[in-house]
Amino acid sequence: MLAGCGGPENNPAVQQGAAGSGKEYNGPKVDLAFWNGFTGGDGPFMRRMVEEFSAQEKNIDVTMNTVEWEAYYQKVPAAVSSGKGPDVAIMHIDTVPTNAARQVIIPLDDVANALKLKEDDFFPIVWKAGIYNGHRYGIPLDVHPFGFFYNRDVMEQGGLDPNEPPQTRDEFMGALEQLKSRGIQGFWVPTLPAGSTWTFETLLWQYGGDLYNEDVTEATWNSDAGVDALTWLVDLIKQGYSPKNVGEEAELVAFQNNENAFYWSGIWNINPLKEAGVNYGAVPLPQIGSEKATWANSHNFVIPNKRGQDPNKIAAAKVFINWITTNSAEWAKAGQVPARDSARESSTFQSLELQNNIAQQLPYVHFPPPVPGIADVQIQALDPAVQEALLLKKEPEAALDEAASQANQLLEENRQKYQA
Amino acid sequence: MTTRDVERSEVQPPLSDTLAGGGRKPTDTNLITPYLFMAPYLVLFLIFILVPVFYGIWISLHNWDYLLPGKPWVGLQNYVDLFTPGSTTFEPFWQSMEATGKFTLYSVPLLVVIPLLVALILNERFPGRTFFRVVYFAPYVLGVAVIGILWRYLLDTNVGLVNYYLGQLGLPDKIPWTNEVPWGWVALVGPTVWWTLGFNAVIYLAGLQDIDPALYDAAKVDGANRWRRFLHVTLPGLRPILLFVITVTILASANVFGQAYLITEGAPGDETRTAIMYIAEEGLRNFNMGSASAMSYVLALFLAVISVANFALFRYRED
Repeated sequence: MLAGCGGPENNPAVQQGAAGSGKEYNGPKVDLAFWNGFTGGDGPFMRRMVEEFSAQEKNIDVTMNTVEWEAYYQKVPAAVSSGKGPDVAIMHIDTVPTNAARQVIIPLDDVANALKLKEDDFFPIVWKAGIYNGHRYGIPLDVHPFGFFYNRDVMEQGGLDPNEPPQTRDEFMGALEQLKSRGIQGFWVPTLPAGSTWTFETLLWQYGGDLYNEDVTEATWNSDAGVDALTWLVDLIKQGYSPKNVGEEAELVAFQNNENAFYWSGIWNINPLKEAGVNYGAVPLPQIGSEKATWANSHNFVIPNKRGQDPNKIAAAKVFINWITTNSAEWAKAGQVPARDSARESSTFQSLELQNNIAQQLPYVHFPPPVPGIADVQIQALDPAVQEALLLKKEPEAALDEAASQANQLLEENRQKYQA
Repeated sequence: MTTRDVERSEVQPPLSDTLAGGGRKPTDTNLITPYLFMAPYLVLFLIFILVPVFYGIWISLHNWDYLLPGKPWVGLQNYVDLFTPGSTTFEPFWQSMEATGKFTLYSVPLLVVIPLLVALILNERFPGRTFFRVVYFAPYVLGVAVIGILWRYLLDTNVGLVNYYLGQLGLPDKIPWTNEVPWGWVALVGPTVWWTLGFNAVIYLAGLQDIDPALYDAAKVDGANRWRRFLHVTLPGLRPILLFVITVTILASANVFGQAYLITEGAPGDETRTAIMYIAEEGLRNFNMGSASAMSYVLALFLAVISVANFALFRYRED
């Protein structure tokens, strides 16, 4: 295949679209279809921002369409291939390379240039993760790491200081032991993906391991670090600090019902838990292994690869992306950390206590490697292995070994598939 | 002969002619007419069944991702992989086929017998009969998403209502309904029976009402008790209905997807991940449409064999 032949790089609309500065839009009136998966408590926040933007920009009308994330990554490619895709969309950082390889989205180097976006403006790990094959495909909006939610009422009931959440391994185990002595199972270990896998991945990184080797040809989660991490989780269940067979979101339900003291989950739960009336706090995850680490993901703006793309729409989309990311401190209220430094340093964000607590982990957040099809490998190989170990059906080492050899095959298949 | 029959015979050819295959000789317009009548359906059949069936075979011979520019031809490799231990699809596919097989095995007998009992009761005369007919049919109108999520929460191990009530009765209250086998099968089959028994019951009910009451009277005169009347009048009278119910239930059970997707999510591991669920994941989430298509054909072949066997079995009995 000739380099760039028929690829999005040659899309004339994109080249022309580079003309707009991204700071302002002077073209004719356009309607922008903006798709995302903000079906939870975050939806209304984004909707409000979109309305505010549309009110300010007389010539840009943004229509927001929300699809549940699970169906989203099937719908967007299908819509794009039939020419009915959105003009601007949100994607998670780990799905950006896959969609770039499948030509669902177009490179945004020119957008980044036009907006004078540079690594300095953004949190570096997130900024780098948006690059695939030497091209930028995603403009980061936010980072949403795992955090440590603690239920003050349950801690008090268990005889713990509700304002002193455990932050080290010893403190964490001590707290669990104390709760256990009062008949409370303090840390419900999720057994179903994605919660179970995110928890395991966090611990894997904390124990000094990683998911894949340098060039992502081999899964390395069955290293000693991985086995130790998973064994630690399994032991919590075996020793009764967690109930067995925790079902879908049962750990969350128990946390809301004041039965579960500690909940490791995403920052996006800040608002839903508030609305549920839980007396809780949120801080960085305790350090269980030898290193500080936490799982995170990031929402990125992308521009779908629409046939016959209107350059005016691309110019308008740039203005939209710039406006939203600049004002992303507002978005942080939905339970997010802005990816842009300026937004993160703003007084609006600084006033959000829980978001700030969890944002302290930013220097050591981890993402999956930017390789096409990587999310599928995790879902097919790692998810069931972690689950079987946590349901006490397989020994951690055996489960992880088996998953790793399966993953190696899948990685090889993916390499062939996305090279072809 | 009633007056109506007389009237009809005046404008129509005699019945005996029609039965003998006579009637009017087909003219040119007559040749087209039946096809015109069938056309609306045939067009839909062509577009949504026939074309996809053959297009699917074509897809299954490639490594097919509809968005990638390269869709390399692989011949029968996707099929070969399904029968080669150690390939990425072999283990998960046959695991999912086994799950579908188990689900079918557990659910079909229940869905054939229980609705029949319900239909027999609802065919009796008692006050509130219409109300109960509605009650038993009601769950069927719900979507699989509704019943799936409903039962997932009811059956949750630690926070579910079912375990709570079991505990209140002094029974074990930590049963892992949704994430351990054999409980997972109960969690899939139970709600499915509750959900779809109304449909089969309605079919049975229609069948029961079609049986000539004179046959029951004759049997009574011959001194047949309730059980004998059921055995020698009801069951033979329901044979075509039974064939229909069994065939349709097997096919529906073999296509189980939503319940496993929502209630157990395939847990533990992949043990309750059904064939359709795996095919959907492989084709629509991992975008390996070639191997997903190949799997569909293998599954379809299995179902065709079962259906043919089913028909053969009933025809044999009839002879």
